[in-house]
Amino acid sequence: MSRYFKARIAENKQLQKDHNLLTLVPLSAIEEPEPGQFYMIGMEGDYDPLLKRPFSLLRRTAEGLQILYRIKGRGTALLKNMGEGSVIDVIGPLGNSYPKIGKGYTPLIVAGGIGIASLFSLAESLGDHARIFYGVRSENELLMLEELKKCAGELYVTTDDGSCGERGCITETVKSFLSDNSSQNALYALYACGPRPMLEALGSMVKGRGIPAYVSMEENMACGIGACLGCVVKTVDGHKRVCKEGPVFSIDEIVW
Amino acid sequence: MDLTVDIGRLKLKNPVMSASGTFGYGEEYAEFIDLNSLGAVVVKGLSLKPKEGNPPPRIVETPAGMLNSIGLQNIGIETFIAQKLPFLRKFNTCVIVNFFGDSIEEYAEAARVLSDAEGIHGLEMNISCPNKQAGWRIFGTDPKVTFDVVKAVRSVTGLTLIVKLSPNVTDVPLMARAAEEAGADALSMINTLTGMAVDVKTRRPKLANVIGGLSGPAVKPVALRVVWEAFKAVKIPLIGMGGIMSAVDAIEFMLVGAAAVAVGTANFVNPTATSDIIEGISEWMRDNEITDIKKLVGGLIWDG
Repeated sequence: MSRYFKARIAENKQLQKDHNLLTLVPLSAIEEPEPGQFYMIGMEGDYDPLLKRPFSLLRRTAEGLQILYRIKGRGTALLKNMGEGSVIDVIGPLGNSYPKIGKGYTPLIVAGGIGIASLFSLAESLGDHARIFYGVRSENELLMLEELKKCAGELYVTTDDGSCGERGCITETVKSFLSDNSSQNALYALYACGPRPMLEALGSMVKGRGIPAYVSMEENMACGIGACLGCVVKTVDGHKRVCKEGPVFSIDEIVW
Repeated sequence: MDLTVDIGRLKLKNPVMSASGTFGYGEEYAEFIDLNSLGAVVVKGLSLKPKEGNPPPRIVETPAGMLNSIGLQNIGIETFIAQKLPFLRKFNTCVIVNFFGDSIEEYAEAARVLSDAEGIHGLEMNISCPNKQAGWRIFGTDPKVTFDVVKAVRSVTGLTLIVKLSPNVTDVPLMARAAEEAGADALSMINTLTGMAVDVKTRRPKLANVIGGLSGPAVKPVALRVVWEAFKAVKIPLIGMGGIMSAVDAIEFMLVGAAAVAVGTANFVNPTATSDIIEGISEWMRDNEITDIKKLVGGLIWDG
């Protein structure tokens, strides 16, 4: 069992414009991943593009692994064209995972854009205990909505343009939720993944309220395994590697 | 079949080592390869005091390569000796510690402390760093400074001393000879080429530090040329690196004069690159009926 393995592409299909679902079947035994972890995936082509790209695990399935990705740059543009049957090199599972919290806490899962990919398997594992907050720019960026509706206790959706769910920013919805429920003695814990400004806003929101909060961070990576020191984020304890001490950090650790 | 090479007083079981900065202090790669199989492990560069390094983004991919502006982040020599060296001592492979300073005195003191530690077999001096005492100009771009800093280190250590040359110079033989005259046992090259990348959407540099070091396959032609020039200029052994991704790449470096090679960026693409290349070199030797790798060094045929 190795964290460096070959996998066959079983399916690479478009879910929405610029958003694909990749299903990989590992060709050898793999380590079991935990929600929050990621994989380094290699594109076809010898030395260019050179580096593997990091992708969050969407979920572990019986046959293998699924990755949800947004087509953004050169690597993902190539990945989208890789056909079924292609064999690729993968490293993972890498990084840490979303920490488990005590039963007394109600988990709030906050996803911005493609951040849903990292949080999805966490949402599935927490089931109807969790409240999911999912914000995107427009309805054509919503992913896995049916599955999310099935597993969540409550699902709040916002779009910037109002094409689905509430019009506005998901952080506002979280803010309202917290203030609406502040008089009750419910304990909340927060898990978030999305654009950096969203995470920073959540950081300010939960400060001093006794809400354990965890964010998945992102930085340009080269090795993905902790050797090159490329992917650091600034924390109160100095630079930490997103690929090793992260990607999940306690929100109050991060120096925004 | 003999893959052994001699670098100074070091007897390496094969010519392949890790390139500093790409292999941490060895721990991260131990799960992918057997560290015992390497000719040597060269660790991430260390300074007397820990360094935080540059803000992110520190990594940018470029055509067949990458830029890094890590900024020499490291835990400091003391912490390395206490916390990382014990792990490396468990392995039967040469441990070469890459180090640097911002003044000649710092280089010498760093070398002195490292030479006292148990389990360090060689030192690799990174002179592609800014000199506090000379307007932050890079040590390795000035032959007299190169001579002085290497001499200062030579005078405090009996360990095999490798000086890692910068390619960002106009006269490689000049720098190579300065290091050799100052007492280096070997030279390694190349360190990264300085470069930058621009994002036209934001109109900003892609690296927070603006300028970074280029490595990977894109730099191999430059690295080969630098090794070739140094080989003709000095007698001490050379360790070649710069874009080595395969055994054939390694053989190219040996033909132009490298007695050994270091594998760096390739590790990010393939965590088993070092051991794959060692195996590949053996295979190449078998296919080409070479029984002693040392016979290849400087074996380039040219009508010059």
